[in-house]
Amino acid sequence: MTTPKTFNVTVRVWRQVGPGREGRFVEYPARGVNPDMSFLEMLDVLNDELAARGEEPIAFSHDCREGICGTCSLVINGKPHGPNHGVASCQTYMRSFRDGDRIVVEPFRARAFPVIKDLVTDRSAFDTIQQAGGFITARTGSAPEANAAPVPKHVADLAMDAAQCIGCGACVAACKNSSAMLFVASKVSHLGLLPQGQPERDSRVLAMVSTMDGLGFGGCTNQYECSAACPKLISHDFIARLNRDYTKAVFRSAFKPEPAGGGET
Amino acid sequence: MALLESRIPPGALADKWRRHKADMRLVNPANKRKYEVVVVGAGLAGASAAASLSELGYAVSCFVFHDSPRRAHSIAAQGGINAAKNYPNDGDSVHRLFNDTVKGGDYRSREANVHRLAEVSGDIIDQCVAQGVPFAREYGGLLANRSFGGAQVSRTFYARGQTGQQLLLGAYSALSRAIGSGGVKLHTQSEMLDLVVVDGHAKGIVARNLLTGEVTRHSADAVVLATGGYGNVFNLSTYARGSNATAIWRAYKRGACFANPCFTQIHPTCIPVTGDYQSKLTLMSESLRNDGRIWVPLRKEDRLKPAASIPEADRDYYLERIYPSFGNLCPRDVASRAAKRVCDEGRGVGETGLGVYLDFSEAIGRLGEAGVRERYGNLFDIYHEITNEDAYRVPMRIFPAVHYTMGGLWVDYNLMSNVPGLFVLGEANFSDHGANRLGASALMQGLADGYFVLPYTISGYLASQKPGSRPPADGPEFMQAEAAVGAVTRRLLSVRGTRPVSYFHKRLGHILWQHCGMARNRAGLEKALQEIPALREEFWAGGLVPGTGDSLNQSLERAVRVADFLELGELMCRDALAREESCGCHFREEHQYPDGECKRDDVNFAHVAAWEYAGEGDVPVRNTEPLTYEAVKMSVRNYK
Repeated sequence: MTTPKTFNVTVRVWRQVGPGREGRFVEYPARGVNPDMSFLEMLDVLNDELAARGEEPIAFSHDCREGICGTCSLVINGKPHGPNHGVASCQTYMRSFRDGDRIVVEPFRARAFPVIKDLVTDRSAFDTIQQAGGFITARTGSAPEANAAPVPKHVADLAMDAAQCIGCGACVAACKNSSAMLFVASKVSHLGLLPQGQPERDSRVLAMVSTMDGLGFGGCTNQYECSAACPKLISHDFIARLNRDYTKAVFRSAFKPEPAGGGET
Repeated sequence: MALLESRIPPGALADKWRRHKADMRLVNPANKRKYEVVVVGAGLAGASAAASLSELGYAVSCFVFHDSPRRAHSIAAQGGINAAKNYPNDGDSVHRLFNDTVKGGDYRSREANVHRLAEVSGDIIDQCVAQGVPFAREYGGLLANRSFGGAQVSRTFYARGQTGQQLLLGAYSALSRAIGSGGVKLHTQSEMLDLVVVDGHAKGIVARNLLTGEVTRHSADAVVLATGGYGNVFNLSTYARGSNATAIWRAYKRGACFANPCFTQIHPTCIPVTGDYQSKLTLMSESLRNDGRIWVPLRKEDRLKPAASIPEADRDYYLERIYPSFGNLCPRDVASRAAKRVCDEGRGVGETGLGVYLDFSEAIGRLGEAGVRERYGNLFDIYHEITNEDAYRVPMRIFPAVHYTMGGLWVDYNLMSNVPGLFVLGEANFSDHGANRLGASALMQGLADGYFVLPYTISGYLASQKPGSRPPADGPEFMQAEAAVGAVTRRLLSVRGTRPVSYFHKRLGHILWQHCGMARNRAGLEKALQEIPALREEFWAGGLVPGTGDSLNQSLERAVRVADFLELGELMCRDALAREESCGCHFREEHQYPDGECKRDDVNFAHVAAWEYAGEGDVPVRNTEPLTYEAVKMSVRNYK
C-alpha cells in the first residue's frame, strides 16, 4: 500500500454538438492521473478543467458508477466498456493505462442508437423491445403463494445468469451487424426458463424479435463479439436458445390462430 | 402551523390495515380512467406504483430523469429483501418483523405503518416470484433465505448480490407492459422541477426535458413522488451520481413538511475513500457480515503491518467483543459508530487510517474458497476492480459511508403528505424506518408502498375529487411555477463565476460529513449553520455553469441539484441541532451512556420533527407528530 504514482495520458474524444450533426475527434491532455481513479473520474476532472477554460465539458452517460444501472456507454480504444473483461465503463480504472497512452473514446455506435451529444446515445429502442413482450403478465395482487411452484435450483440459476443483463447496449456496439440478439436472448431466456413464463413464451419471443427487427438492429452471424463485450459476461448460448424458442413459436403460431401456451421446456 | 394528521385507523394494531382497506372509499371502475395520476420516479416504489395504478384503470403518466425507467438506483441494492414468510421455520412472524423494525429504528418510526409493512411483506415475495424474479433457491426448488443485521432469524430473500436489480427489473417489466399497452405514458429524461398546488391541493408538476431544455406543465388529479433519497447532499455516498433531492425539496417549498431530515444512514461496510477526485463510494453488501469477521489491530503500532502478520491474540474483533449476541450482525448505526470509534483511537487500517478489516479467512476455512465464491463472488470481484486487492487472500478494508436517508417528506398513514393529493413513496418519505433502517428493509418498503399500499389509499383521496375536475395546465399556478423554474435555470447560467459546481458540492459534503455525520454536537452544528449559508452565497456569486439551457447540459443539471442540496444541508443541521438526544443514526455526543451507546430522551423527543417552509430566508417551523407505542415496549436497544 504505497502512494500510487500519477501519470499523464492524452484522450482523443468524439465531440458532436447534437443529433444528426457532424462530429469529430478532439484531443485533450489529462495530467496527474491517479491509477486508482476510475475512467469516469478522469473525465470528471478533465471536464472541470475544460469548464474553467471556457470550453464545453464532454457529455457522457453515467449514473450508478458501480456497473449495475447500465447507463455508462463508452467505447474505449475500440472496445465497448474498455479493455477489461466483464466490467462496465464506470468500472474501468486508470491503472489499466500507462503514462503517455493515447486513449480513444467514442460513443456506442449503431443505427438504432443515434448520438444525442458527444458520447451520449439514445438507447430507448431497448425499452421499446421490452414493452413489446419482455414481461410476465402478473397483475398486482393476483400472485399465488411464492413456494407453490418449485423451480429446480439449476434452472433458477440459469435464469439468473440470463437475467443479469444491465441493458447497456454493449452487445449491440460490439457487433459488426449492430444486432441486439444477446439483449433479446437474455430476457427471452430468463423468462422462458421459468414455469411462470410459459403461458406467454411464444407470444413474447415473437413480439420481441419482430420489434427488434423493426428498430434497425441487424441480424446475428454468430461471431460472439457481444458476449465478449458484455459487462455481465452473459453467454451467447442464450442466443441459441432464443433461436430455438423463436423457431418453435413461429411453427406453432403458423398452425394455430392464437400463439400456443408452452408447457414444454 | 401545518396540520399533521397521521390518520392512523382505530382498532387493534394487527387489525388496522384490514379494517382500513375495508372502510376505504372507492372509485367506480368506469371513472378510474378519468383520473390522471402523475408518478415521478421509476425505482422500486415508482415503477411498482405506476404499473399497479395503471392495472386498476387510472390514467398514469410517469416521469424519470434517466434515459430509461430501468436505471433508478434501487437497481444497486445488493443484499436482499425481508419478508416474514418463516420458510426456515426459525420462529419468524409478522409480529417479529414488525418488532425488529421498530426496535432497529430506535423507536422513532410510526408503529401502525411498520406493522402494515410487515403484514404485506409476504405478498411482495409472491408478486415478485410471479413476475419471474429469479430468487435464490434450495436444491429442492423452494426459495432460500439468509440472515441480515438486526435480526436473529433468516428472513432475507436474495438474488445473488443483485437483489435490487432483479426486483427493479421485475417492476420495470410490469411498467413496460403497462407502457406497451398504453396504460402509462412515459416521459424519460424529464426532471420534475416544481410541484403545482391549486387551492391547497397538489394538482400537477412542471418538468424540464433534459435533452431540449423545454419546460412543460402537467395537470393531474394526484401527484405521486417516488424520487428516492437525498444522501448525495454529502457529495460522497453510495448513491448514484444522479440521485437528488430536487423533487421533494421543491415540494417542501410548496408546503409539504420535511420530516426528520437529519436521519441519514451511514452504512458500515463500504470501500474506503482514496482521493480527492473520488466521485462515489461503493458499498460492500451487509450480507458479507454473515461470514466475514470485522477486526482492527489491538495496538495502534500494528495498523500498517500486513494483516496476515498480526497474530490472533493481537487482533480486536471488536463487534464480537462488545456485542456478543449479535456480533458482526448488529445494526448498521451501531456497527458504523464502533468502526469510527476504533479509528478515532488510531487503530484504523490502510494508509488513511480510516478503515477496518472484514476478514474471510475463517469462512474460507469453513466453506472453502469455492463456497465463499458461490455466496459472494460478485462482491469480491467488485472489491478487486476498485482496490486491486484479492479479498480471498487479504482481508477487505471497509469504512462507513452515507447510504440511505430515513428522513423525507412527511406522510400520513395513507402515504399522503400534508398537501392533499401529494403522495410520497419509498425512500422519499420518512415513515417506516425511524432513526435507523435495518438491512433488506428498503426494498421491502419501496415495493410495499407501490404494489400494496398506494393502490388502495389513493382511491380514498381521488373519491373525494370530482372526475374531470383537475385544473387546466395553463392556469395561473401552472404559469407561475413554470416561470419560477425558468428563472432558476437562467440565474444559474448567468452567474459565470470561476469555480465549477463540483467544488461547492465537495465543500458542502465536507461540512456535513464533519458536523452532521456519524457523530454530532452543538458546537459543530452551529458552525455548520454558519458555514452552509456562506457557501450558498459563494455558489450563487461565483459558481461556473457552462453552456446553455436549450440542449443537453449536464453541468446545469448538477447545478440545479446542488443549489437545492445547499438549502437542504442547512435544514439537516437545524434538525440535528434541535433534536437534543441520541437515537439510531443520530448520535449527539452530549447524549450518550458511559459505554458510548445512544441515550434517547423519550420524554421530550418521542416524536417526528416535520419542518415547514416559512419563506426565503426565514427560519422554518418545527412541527411535531408524537409517536405512541401500544404494541412494543420502548426500551434501550440492546444488541449485547
